[in-house]
Amino acid sequence: MLKVENLHARVAGKDILKGLSLDVKAGEVHAIMGPNGAGKSTLGYVLAGRDGYEVTEGSATWDGAGSGDAASAEIDLLDLEPEERAALGVFLAFQYPVEIPGVNNTYFLRAALNAQRKKRGEPELDSMQFLKRVREKLQVLHIKDDLLNRAVNEGFSGGEKKRNEIFQLAVLEPRLAILDETDSGLDIDALKLVAEGVNLMRSPDRAFVVITHYQRLLDYIKPDVVHVLADGRIVESGGPELALELEAHGYAWLKDRIAPKTAAA
Amino acid sequence: MGVALLDSLKASFDALPSPLDDARGDAFAAALADGVPTTRAERWKYTSLRALERRSFVATAPLVSPVDAALLAEIPAPRLVFVNGRFDGSLSRVAALPEGVSLRPLARALAEGNTRETSFLARRFARADETFAKLNAALACDGALLSVSEDICCAEPVHVVFVGAAANADLAWHVRSLIELRRGAAITVVEHHFASGDHAHLGNALMHVHLAAGSQLRHARIQHDAARGTLIARTDAVLARDTLYRRVDLELGAALSRHELNVRLEGEGARLAANGVLLADGRRHLDTRLGIEHIARDTTCDLVWRGLAAGRGRAVFHGGIIIRAGADGSDARLSNKNVLLSEGAEIDAQPVLEIHADEVKAAHGATVGRLDESALFYLRSRGLPVTEARRLLTAAFCRETLSVLDDAALVDVLGVQLDAALARIELAP
Repeated sequence: MLKVENLHARVAGKDILKGLSLDVKAGEVHAIMGPNGAGKSTLGYVLAGRDGYEVTEGSATWDGAGSGDAASAEIDLLDLEPEERAALGVFLAFQYPVEIPGVNNTYFLRAALNAQRKKRGEPELDSMQFLKRVREKLQVLHIKDDLLNRAVNEGFSGGEKKRNEIFQLAVLEPRLAILDETDSGLDIDALKLVAEGVNLMRSPDRAFVVITHYQRLLDYIKPDVVHVLADGRIVESGGPELALELEAHGYAWLKDRIAPKTAAA
Repeated sequence: MGVALLDSLKASFDALPSPLDDARGDAFAAALADGVPTTRAERWKYTSLRALERRSFVATAPLVSPVDAALLAEIPAPRLVFVNGRFDGSLSRVAALPEGVSLRPLARALAEGNTRETSFLARRFARADETFAKLNAALACDGALLSVSEDICCAEPVHVVFVGAAANADLAWHVRSLIELRRGAAITVVEHHFASGDHAHLGNALMHVHLAAGSQLRHARIQHDAARGTLIARTDAVLARDTLYRRVDLELGAALSRHELNVRLEGEGARLAANGVLLADGRRHLDTRLGIEHIARDTTCDLVWRGLAAGRGRAVFHGGIIIRAGADGSDARLSNKNVLLSEGAEIDAQPVLEIHADEVKAAHGATVGRLDESALFYLRSRGLPVTEARRLLTAAFCRETLSVLDDAALVDVLGVQLDAALARIELAP
């Protein structure tokens, strides 16, 4: 679904990603763990197409094969505008969802969904169809409907913001969801709710990249692959047991992994 | 002295039907003596009238196009309509006015010699930069007179409509109006300024607002004048004790529009909640100047203005608040946020707070920036095309001002006007 190869990216003149490679297949859940400053959030922004994140080397290729859409075989993701990536099925759950006063949450979500559908050549949903979908999602996610009529994230608590991200994820039904530290700032109940939402969304043709600092989230979202990101590269990949190892030993051991490489360069 | 604008208005003044009262003659002489304000005058620093003062205007034109009926179709009764500054009975609808509400043209009160109704015209304008108020005092022979009797609460909005209609000459018209709420009265007034057909007229509109103790006024003013038109408007409001004045000003049209909003909080506990939007796209020049005076104790003002400048447009905002000695316990808040949408646009924002009293709360701020990049990316990351995302953000930015009216139906009406005006702005990056 997504193949990232030797990705280098810089932000404000500073190199952050330094040769990151990642191969995510449909149906898989990848966890990306790493210390602060490793480049975790940068990876999310680069894949979603944020301005100011300059890719200097490498590629991110979207493989739409298997989605039933023959036209979307191999696409250079980095060439596309954020909204074009969204229409392909890329979704980024923000670490810090943005408050947008004056923009109604439901109106915005419907406009976004219909813009995506239009781009994909699918019929747009009228307000009844959209509301039906929204109600279904709220019910399965156990989210109260009071967030529907509020402005996007305005005055939301930390937990509400993260729940709103998962709600948008559920309504937009992306093919690849990147969760950027969705667990940060959540208490255990909110964390479980968010994890439950993700688990309900798991399917053979949808993939997840779960970016997190802590192993805790992975108690509730079982990853297929765990990667360790340090100094802009994946330095270790393994099964779920790798996360437990990190939990036990912390990130200090990574220093040995990074140093020789840097010295060699 | 060879100022074409004043020379042409002199001709209009001389043609007024006599006998004129002395006050008009005095006002006109004073206007001529002061001349058209220049940018050296502090209050006109950012708005040049040099192009305007070189133009000539007439009071009447041989040919005036009929007002496009569709433009009035959306405006329900009761409504008082003025075309190029003159009352138009056939377009107005005042048959079913609620009990205790009087709405009629100034020209009628003047013709009847009703001095009680026209006593508000006696107001003098002393400052040298008040030329347009003086010209108005000299030349205005029509306008809207709205009066609401004691304890009458009128649920239906009253509409006062000033239409500039296309003609085969550039017209200058002067209207002077009064909204008077007696003790405990409450009403909603929507003031419309718009064009029927293309024209380059000069409108000079002066509005007085008198709120007696305990009265409440909701006042929306929508300025959507002709793209080549000039409007010099001024609102002078006086608030007695325990009054509430909610107001929204949408500045959406005209080539040059200047609005001065002067509010005197004279009675204890008087409250002003006034918001506005300046939408300066194309080559539009919009200038709004607030002069809020806290005179009595425990008075409050809450002012929220939003400016958008696109193309080669220019928005000028001056938010002046004075808290006079003795106005203790006053609370003044002003927020002015502006967004520049293009390189060629300009915004001049100037919040000025002057405090002469103790124990007051005051906060003011003005910012000029661009659309919030992180919000823009957030919307796009969900699939909204960039132009639509920008439109959503600019609309939200402006719509924030409307809720102060606390009237869902009215907010909807203003929202539609605002969206229609925003739709003409080029938002592609």
